[in-house]
Amino acid sequence: MERAIEAIDLVKSYPKGVTALDGLSFAVAPGRVFALLGPNGAGKSTAVKILTTLAKPDAGRAFVGRLDVVANADAVRRTIGVVAQGSAVDIQATGRENLRLQGQIHGIRGRAIEERAQELLERFGLAEAADRIARGYSGGMQRRLDIAMALVHDPAVLFLDEPTTGLDPEVRADMWAEISRLASERGKTVLLTTHYLEEADQLAERIAIVDRGQVVAEGAPEELKRELRGDAIHVDLEREYNGTVSRALADLPAVRDIAIDGRTLRARADDGGRAVPLVLGALESAGVEVSSVRVARPSLDDVYLKYTGRTFDAAEAEATTK
Amino acid sequence: MTLIRHTLYMTLRHLRELWRQPWFVAVTLVQPVIWLLLFGALFKKVIEIPGFHGSSYIAFLAPGVVVMTALFSSAWSGMALIEDINRGVTARFLVSPVRREALIAGRILKEAVVVVIQSLIIVALALIVGASFPGGVAGVAALFAVSALLGATFGALSNGFGLIMRQEEALIGAVQFIVLPLTFLSATFLAANLIPRWMQHIADFNPVNWAVVAGRSAVSANADWGLIAARAGLLVALLALSVAFATRAFHSYQRSV
Repeated sequence: MERAIEAIDLVKSYPKGVTALDGLSFAVAPGRVFALLGPNGAGKSTAVKILTTLAKPDAGRAFVGRLDVVANADAVRRTIGVVAQGSAVDIQATGRENLRLQGQIHGIRGRAIEERAQELLERFGLAEAADRIARGYSGGMQRRLDIAMALVHDPAVLFLDEPTTGLDPEVRADMWAEISRLASERGKTVLLTTHYLEEADQLAERIAIVDRGQVVAEGAPEELKRELRGDAIHVDLEREYNGTVSRALADLPAVRDIAIDGRTLRARADDGGRAVPLVLGALESAGVEVSSVRVARPSLDDVYLKYTGRTFDAAEAEATTK
Repeated sequence: MTLIRHTLYMTLRHLRELWRQPWFVAVTLVQPVIWLLLFGALFKKVIEIPGFHGSSYIAFLAPGVVVMTALFSSAWSGMALIEDINRGVTARFLVSPVRREALIAGRILKEAVVVVIQSLIIVALALIVGASFPGGVAGVAALFAVSALLGATFGALSNGFGLIMRQEEALIGAVQFIVLPLTFLSATFLAANLIPRWMQHIADFNPVNWAVVAGRSAVSANADWGLIAARAGLLVALLALSVAFATRAFHSYQRSV
């Protein structure tokens, strides 16, 4: 199979003994949108840094197309566009000047770069602001300029590191539309990292779930959810009951994958509607008080829980307290 | 060719940035004007000290102010680099095929250009207030050249330290700690034969003094070109070392990304 991006057993640790990547592997087929999904600190950004030649791996290899990111770094840089986490526009320059410099670096000069800059400014709704200093741009405008800059040399592979983090919900929706448009056009390969489950679900054709520097699951979002077989049952309990709950449900064949996290009970069942009365009955006879019950089709959150043993929110909280 | 072109792109970017901060430009020029007029008036009587050769303190002081201004403006060069790093601009350049050397060279070249422009203004001002430069155009050009060398050197050092410290406050501290002593431990304000002997010994190793001595000689009536060449040579050597230092600091920054 032809591959646009490939990471093979990447290992990277940082001075203070932090292991960012611990044997991370994945491959992206050309023309696809691929998401690395994981909580903050899972190693997604480190993977992007290595793939975009910014950092060198301690071990393992990575390729963009057939080019090794370490041995052929300069050639890789010519074929990729990168939108980093957080805006990286020069806020002392205008939008047009930012684009012009980026193009010049890629060897586009004279009229060609002026035309290309104008085209991108129009496409990203920046034509009116083109000759204003970027310091005065809104967050959404700076982000659009970031993307325009990454596209100036028409790269075959585009990296988007947390493209919507820190943006307002409306701006985020615009950005999603923009990213989908990019992917459907001219067969660009897009690798995006995100810690928003719904972002990965919406945009990516394939997802790799990253946890503690490794890919723990990979597949199309639908495929990953289907693997969970059946519905998710969420039960909110009145208080914490420790072992009582799992003992109460142990003998119910209709439910499986039981996970209790404080006052939240999650379980799976082939048929949620039938399983709920059984679960409630079992809980009631064990003296467990229930405050609410929901049955849902499996979400990526459930996928994450299955492969990592903790909920996405819990993993995020863990990362921030570290 | 690519290296030259990329360096030029970066230099133009930095110059444009400076041009867009009119207050900063004004402040960097107010300072030398104050030095020139205030010190020129304050130390007017210095020429009466036995052993002082010359008839106008302003004419004596002007080359010193040119060199001092070069030092004061270029020593802050690393601040903009720290800002670029913090804003992710440097990382964006690093994932592009830009020549790495251009990222440092562009900043150093910008300092040299700024120094020449500032020097022109100071010399014009000195002429207006009555100084004369018997060394003529060639002498003034030599003064500009040694000042630009000094500016480039301290620009490189500032970028190198900026890359190591990566904290604006730390760099401000370092610059303030270094700049004034270097100025006063030189013949900027007083002729070398009038400053204490121990200071003269220090001044011999002070690059600011190399530039002052060479620049002042160049604009004087009887320029000592041997001396000028020797001091300029020392400045070139120091510039080479400073650029090597800044380049190494940049590599260590790249490894830490």
